[in-house]
Amino acid sequence: MKLVELERKLIATARANPPSERVPYAFEKRIMACLAARPIPDRWAMWGRALWRAAAPCVAIMLALGAWSLFTARSTPPPGDLSQQLEQTLLAAVDQDQPADYAQ
Amino acid sequence: MERTEAELIAAVLKGDSASFEPLVEKYSPRVFATARRYARRESEVEDIVQDIWLKAFERLASYRGEAPFEHWLMRLAVRTCFDALRRHQRNRETTFAELTDPEEDWLDRFVSQPETASEDAAAARQLVARVLEQLSPAARLVITLQEIEGRSVKDIAKLTGWSVPLVKVRAFRARAEMRRVLEKITKEKYL
Repeated sequence: MKLVELERKLIATARANPPSERVPYAFEKRIMACLAARPIPDRWAMWGRALWRAAAPCVAIMLALGAWSLFTARSTPPPGDLSQQLEQTLLAAVDQDQPADYAQ
Repeated sequence: MERTEAELIAAVLKGDSASFEPLVEKYSPRVFATARRYARRESEVEDIVQDIWLKAFERLASYRGEAPFEHWLMRLAVRTCFDALRRHQRNRETTFAELTDPEEDWLDRFVSQPETASEDAAAARQLVARVLEQLSPAARLVITLQEIEGRSVKDIAKLTGWSVPLVKVRAFRARAEMRRVLEKITKEKYL
Protein backbone atom coordinates (compact mmCIF):
# COMPACT_ATOMS: atom_id res chain seq x y z
CA MET A 1 0.00 0.00 0.00
CA LYS A 2 1.21 3.46 -0.84
CA LEU A 3 1.36 5.35 2.43
CA VAL A 4 1.95 8.68 0.75
CA GLU A 5 -1.17 8.15 -1.34
CA LEU A 6 -3.21 7.19 1.72
CA GLU A 7 -1.93 10.25 3.56
CA ARG A 8 -2.87 12.47 0.63
CA LYS A 9 -6.32 10.89 0.43
CA LEU A 10 -6.99 11.38 4.13
CA ILE A 11 -5.82 15.00 4.06
CA ALA A 12 -8.05 15.58 1.03
CA THR A 13 -10.93 14.02 2.99
CA ALA A 14 -10.33 16.39 5.89
CA ARG A 15 -10.16 19.36 3.52
CA ALA A 16 -13.33 18.35 1.74
CA ASN A 17 -15.24 18.09 5.00
CA PRO A 18 -14.71 21.26 7.03
CA PRO A 19 -16.18 21.17 10.54
CA SER A 20 -19.63 22.58 11.10
CA GLU A 21 -20.04 26.18 12.24
CA ARG A 22 -23.26 25.36 14.07
CA VAL A 23 -23.64 27.18 17.37
CA PRO A 24 -25.83 25.64 20.09
CA TYR A 25 -29.03 27.53 20.79
CA ALA A 26 -28.52 30.61 23.02
CA PHE A 27 -24.84 29.89 23.45
CA GLU A 28 -24.08 33.62 23.77
CA LYS A 29 -26.51 33.76 26.72
CA ARG A 30 -24.56 30.98 28.38
CA ILE A 31 -21.31 32.91 27.96
CA MET A 32 -22.88 36.10 29.33
CA ALA A 33 -24.24 34.15 32.30
CA CYS A 34 -20.78 32.73 32.97
CA LEU A 35 -19.30 36.23 32.83
CA ALA A 36 -21.95 37.57 35.19
CA ALA A 37 -21.38 34.72 37.66
CA ARG A 38 -17.65 35.28 37.80
CA PRO A 39 -16.34 36.89 40.99
CA ILE A 40 -15.27 40.50 40.44
CA PRO A 41 -11.53 40.76 41.05
CA ASP A 42 -10.82 42.89 44.13
CA ARG A 43 -7.45 44.64 43.80
CA TRP A 44 -7.03 45.10 47.55
CA ALA A 45 -7.75 41.44 48.20
CA MET A 46 -5.23 40.47 45.52
CA TRP A 47 -2.58 42.71 47.10
CA GLY A 48 -3.41 41.31 50.54
CA ARG A 49 -3.05 37.74 49.35
CA ALA A 50 0.23 38.50 47.58
CA LEU A 51 1.65 40.22 50.66
CA TRP A 52 0.62 37.35 52.92
CA ARG A 53 2.31 34.94 50.53
CA ALA A 54 5.45 37.06 50.53
CA ALA A 55 5.55 37.25 54.35
CA ALA A 56 6.84 33.71 54.89
CA PRO A 57 9.82 33.96 52.49
CA CYS A 58 10.68 37.38 53.93
CA VAL A 59 10.73 36.01 57.48
CA ALA A 60 12.85 33.08 56.31
CA ILE A 61 15.33 35.43 54.61
CA MET A 62 15.43 37.66 57.70
CA LEU A 63 16.16 34.68 59.96
CA ALA A 64 18.84 33.38 57.59
CA LEU A 65 20.53 36.78 57.41
CA GLY A 66 20.31 37.15 61.21
CA ALA A 67 21.89 33.74 61.73
CA TRP A 68 24.56 34.51 59.15
CA SER A 69 25.48 37.87 60.68
CA LEU A 70 25.58 36.32 64.15
CA PHE A 71 27.83 33.53 62.94
CA THR A 72 30.23 35.83 61.08
CA ALA A 73 30.39 38.25 64.02
CA ARG A 74 31.47 35.42 66.32
CA SER A 75 33.96 33.90 63.92
CA THR A 76 35.86 37.16 63.22
CA PRO A 77 38.17 38.50 65.93
CA PRO A 78 36.62 41.32 67.98
CA PRO A 79 37.76 44.78 66.91
CA GLY A 80 40.03 46.76 69.19
CA ASP A 81 37.83 49.73 69.85
CA LEU A 82 34.40 49.89 68.25
CA SER A 83 33.76 53.55 69.06
CA GLN A 84 37.08 54.62 67.53
CA GLN A 85 36.37 52.66 64.35
CA LEU A 86 32.90 54.14 64.08
CA GLU A 87 34.34 57.64 64.50
CA GLN A 88 36.94 57.01 61.81
CA THR A 89 34.35 55.70 59.41
CA LEU A 90 32.01 58.61 59.95
CA LEU A 91 34.74 61.23 59.66
CA ALA A 92 36.56 59.61 56.74
CA ALA A 93 34.86 61.84 54.22
CA VAL A 94 35.61 64.98 56.24
CA ASP A 95 39.28 64.01 56.55
CA GLN A 96 39.57 63.62 52.80
CA ASP A 97 37.93 66.99 52.09
CA GLN A 98 40.34 68.96 54.34
CA PRO A 99 42.98 71.02 52.45
CA ALA A 100 46.57 69.99 52.90
CA ASP A 101 47.69 73.20 54.71
CA TYR A 102 44.83 72.97 57.19
CA ALA A 103 45.86 69.42 57.98
CA GLN A 104 49.32 70.63 58.90
CA MET B 1 -27.91 52.12 14.91
CA GLU B 2 -25.61 49.14 15.01
CA ARG B 3 -22.38 49.74 16.87
CA THR B 4 -19.02 48.94 15.29
CA GLU B 5 -16.70 46.31 16.65
CA ALA B 6 -14.28 48.93 17.98
CA GLU B 7 -17.13 50.67 19.80
CA LEU B 8 -18.30 47.41 21.34
CA ILE B 9 -14.78 46.58 22.53
CA ALA B 10 -14.30 50.06 23.97
CA ALA B 11 -17.62 49.76 25.79
CA VAL B 12 -16.64 46.39 27.29
CA LEU B 13 -13.33 47.81 28.43
CA LYS B 14 -15.20 50.66 30.13
CA GLY B 15 -17.17 48.10 32.12
CA ASP B 16 -20.23 47.49 29.95
CA SER B 17 -20.09 43.67 29.86
CA ALA B 18 -23.34 43.45 27.87
CA SER B 19 -21.53 44.86 24.84
CA PHE B 20 -19.57 41.63 24.71
CA GLU B 21 -22.65 39.63 23.66
CA PRO B 22 -22.80 40.85 20.02
CA LEU B 23 -19.14 39.88 19.64
CA VAL B 24 -19.87 36.39 20.97
CA GLU B 25 -22.84 36.09 18.64
CA LYS B 26 -20.87 37.23 15.59
CA TYR B 27 -17.75 35.15 16.02
CA SER B 28 -19.05 31.98 17.70
CA PRO B 29 -19.58 30.08 14.40
CA ARG B 30 -15.92 30.58 13.51
CA VAL B 31 -14.75 29.66 16.99
CA PHE B 32 -16.94 26.53 17.04
CA ALA B 33 -15.56 25.41 13.68
CA THR B 34 -12.01 25.82 15.01
CA ALA B 35 -12.75 23.93 18.23
CA ARG B 36 -14.41 21.10 16.30
CA ARG B 37 -11.14 20.50 14.47
CA TYR B 38 -9.48 19.53 17.75
CA ALA B 39 -12.25 17.91 19.78
CA ARG B 40 -14.73 15.25 18.77
CA ARG B 41 -17.31 15.20 21.53
CA GLU B 42 -19.76 18.10 21.38
CA SER B 43 -19.64 18.67 25.15
CA GLU B 44 -15.87 19.01 24.93
CA VAL B 45 -16.21 21.44 22.02
CA GLU B 46 -18.63 23.61 24.00
CA ASP B 47 -16.28 23.65 27.00
CA ILE B 48 -13.37 24.72 24.80
CA VAL B 49 -15.40 27.49 23.14
CA GLN B 50 -16.61 28.71 26.52
CA ASP B 51 -13.02 28.77 27.73
CA ILE B 52 -12.00 30.77 24.64
CA TRP B 53 -14.71 33.40 25.22
CA LEU B 54 -13.96 33.75 28.93
CA LYS B 55 -10.28 34.22 28.13
CA ALA B 56 -11.17 36.72 25.40
CA PHE B 57 -13.18 38.75 27.89
CA GLU B 58 -10.42 38.66 30.50
CA ARG B 59 -7.70 39.60 28.03
CA LEU B 60 -9.63 42.08 25.94
CA ALA B 61 -7.48 44.91 27.29
CA SER B 62 -4.48 43.32 25.54
CA TYR B 63 -6.20 43.75 22.15
CA ARG B 64 -4.66 46.89 20.72
CA GLY B 65 -6.86 47.23 17.68
CA GLU B 66 -3.97 47.17 15.19
CA ALA B 67 -5.17 43.94 13.55
CA PRO B 68 -8.78 42.82 13.08
CA PHE B 69 -10.44 41.50 16.22
CA GLU B 70 -11.06 38.19 14.45
CA HIS B 71 -7.31 37.58 14.04
CA TRP B 72 -6.69 38.26 17.73
CA LEU B 73 -9.58 35.97 18.66
CA MET B 74 -8.43 33.16 16.37
CA ARG B 75 -4.93 33.29 17.87
CA LEU B 76 -6.50 32.91 21.28
CA ALA B 77 -8.77 30.12 20.00
CA VAL B 78 -5.91 28.11 18.46
CA ARG B 79 -3.80 28.43 21.60
CA THR B 80 -6.69 27.40 23.83
CA CYS B 81 -7.38 24.39 21.59
CA PHE B 82 -3.71 23.42 21.83
CA ASP B 83 -3.90 23.63 25.63
CA ALA B 84 -7.02 21.46 25.54
CA LEU B 85 -5.24 18.90 23.33
CA ARG B 86 -2.36 18.74 25.78
CA ARG B 87 -4.75 18.34 28.72
CA HIS B 88 -6.56 15.46 27.04
CA GLN B 89 -3.46 13.77 25.68
CA ARG B 90 -3.65 10.98 28.26
CA ASN B 91 -7.23 10.12 27.34
CA ARG B 92 -6.47 9.48 23.69
CA GLU B 93 -5.43 5.87 23.91
CA THR B 94 -7.58 4.27 21.24
CA THR B 95 -5.70 1.66 19.27
CA PHE B 96 -6.09 0.75 15.64
CA ALA B 97 -7.50 -2.60 16.63
CA GLU B 98 -10.68 -0.66 17.31
CA LEU B 99 -11.25 0.30 13.68
CA THR B 100 -14.93 0.04 12.86
CA ASP B 101 -16.24 -2.13 10.03
CA PRO B 102 -16.97 0.81 7.68
CA GLU B 103 -13.47 2.17 8.30
CA GLU B 104 -11.95 -1.21 7.48
CA ASP B 105 -14.12 -1.46 4.38
CA TRP B 106 -12.97 1.96 3.23
CA LEU B 107 -9.34 0.96 3.75
CA ASP B 108 -9.91 -2.28 1.83
CA ARG B 109 -11.45 -0.32 -1.01
CA PHE B 110 -8.53 2.10 -0.95
CA VAL B 111 -6.03 -0.77 -1.13
CA SER B 112 -7.79 -2.49 -4.02
CA GLN B 113 -8.87 0.59 -6.00
CA PRO B 114 -7.64 3.87 -4.53
CA GLU B 115 -9.72 5.98 -6.96
CA THR B 116 -13.01 4.46 -5.80
CA ALA B 117 -12.44 5.20 -2.13
CA SER B 118 -14.53 8.33 -1.76
CA GLU B 119 -13.28 11.36 0.16
CA ASP B 120 -16.82 12.18 1.22
CA ALA B 121 -17.48 8.84 2.85
CA ALA B 122 -18.33 8.96 6.54
CA ALA B 123 -15.83 6.15 7.13
CA ALA B 124 -13.04 8.21 5.59
CA ARG B 125 -13.93 11.14 7.83
CA GLN B 126 -13.91 8.88 10.87
CA LEU B 127 -10.57 7.45 9.85
CA VAL B 128 -9.08 10.93 9.51
CA ALA B 129 -10.34 11.82 12.98
CA ARG B 130 -8.89 8.59 14.34
CA VAL B 131 -5.48 9.22 12.76
CA LEU B 132 -5.40 12.80 14.03
CA GLU B 133 -6.27 11.60 17.53
CA GLN B 134 -3.21 9.37 17.51
CA LEU B 135 -0.88 12.31 16.89
CA SER B 136 0.82 14.33 19.60
CA PRO B 137 -0.84 17.71 20.31
CA ALA B 138 1.84 19.70 18.48
CA ALA B 139 1.77 17.38 15.47
CA ARG B 140 -2.02 17.47 15.30
CA LEU B 141 -2.04 21.25 15.49
CA VAL B 142 0.56 21.64 12.74
CA ILE B 143 -1.06 19.05 10.45
CA THR B 144 -4.44 20.72 10.91
CA LEU B 145 -3.19 24.22 10.28
CA GLN B 146 -0.75 23.48 7.48
CA GLU B 147 -2.09 20.47 5.62
CA ILE B 148 -5.83 20.71 6.22
CA GLU B 149 -6.40 24.46 6.50
CA GLY B 150 -3.57 25.21 4.06
CA ARG B 151 -1.96 27.97 6.14
CA SER B 152 1.57 29.21 5.58
CA VAL B 153 4.42 28.68 8.06
CA LYS B 154 4.37 32.41 8.87
CA ASP B 155 0.66 32.29 9.55
CA ILE B 156 1.07 29.28 11.83
CA ALA B 157 3.88 31.02 13.70
CA LYS B 158 1.58 34.00 14.33
CA LEU B 159 -1.33 31.83 15.40
CA THR B 160 0.62 29.58 17.73
CA GLY B 161 3.22 32.00 19.04
CA TRP B 162 6.00 29.63 17.93
CA SER B 163 9.00 30.86 15.96
CA VAL B 164 9.14 30.19 12.20
CA PRO B 165 12.02 27.65 12.53
CA LEU B 166 10.13 25.87 15.31
CA VAL B 167 7.03 25.60 13.11
CA LYS B 168 9.17 24.14 10.32
CA VAL B 169 10.75 21.59 12.65
CA ARG B 170 7.38 20.64 14.13
CA ALA B 171 5.81 20.35 10.68
CA PHE B 172 8.59 18.01 9.58
CA ARG B 173 8.18 15.90 12.71
CA ALA B 174 4.39 15.95 12.39
CA ARG B 175 4.50 14.54 8.87
CA ALA B 176 6.86 11.79 10.02
CA GLU B 177 4.58 11.07 12.97
CA MET B 178 1.55 10.86 10.72
CA ARG B 179 3.34 8.48 8.41
CA ARG B 180 4.26 6.30 11.38
CA VAL B 181 0.61 6.22 12.47
CA LEU B 182 -0.53 5.26 8.97
CA GLU B 183 2.18 2.63 8.81
CA LYS B 184 0.85 1.20 12.05
CA ILE B 185 -2.68 0.98 10.61
CA THR B 186 -1.62 -0.74 7.46
CA LYS B 187 0.82 -3.05 9.21
CA GLU B 188 -1.81 -4.22 11.66
CA LYS B 189 -4.30 -4.76 8.91
CA TYR B 190 -2.39 -5.87 5.88
CA LEU B 191 0.78 -7.61 7.11
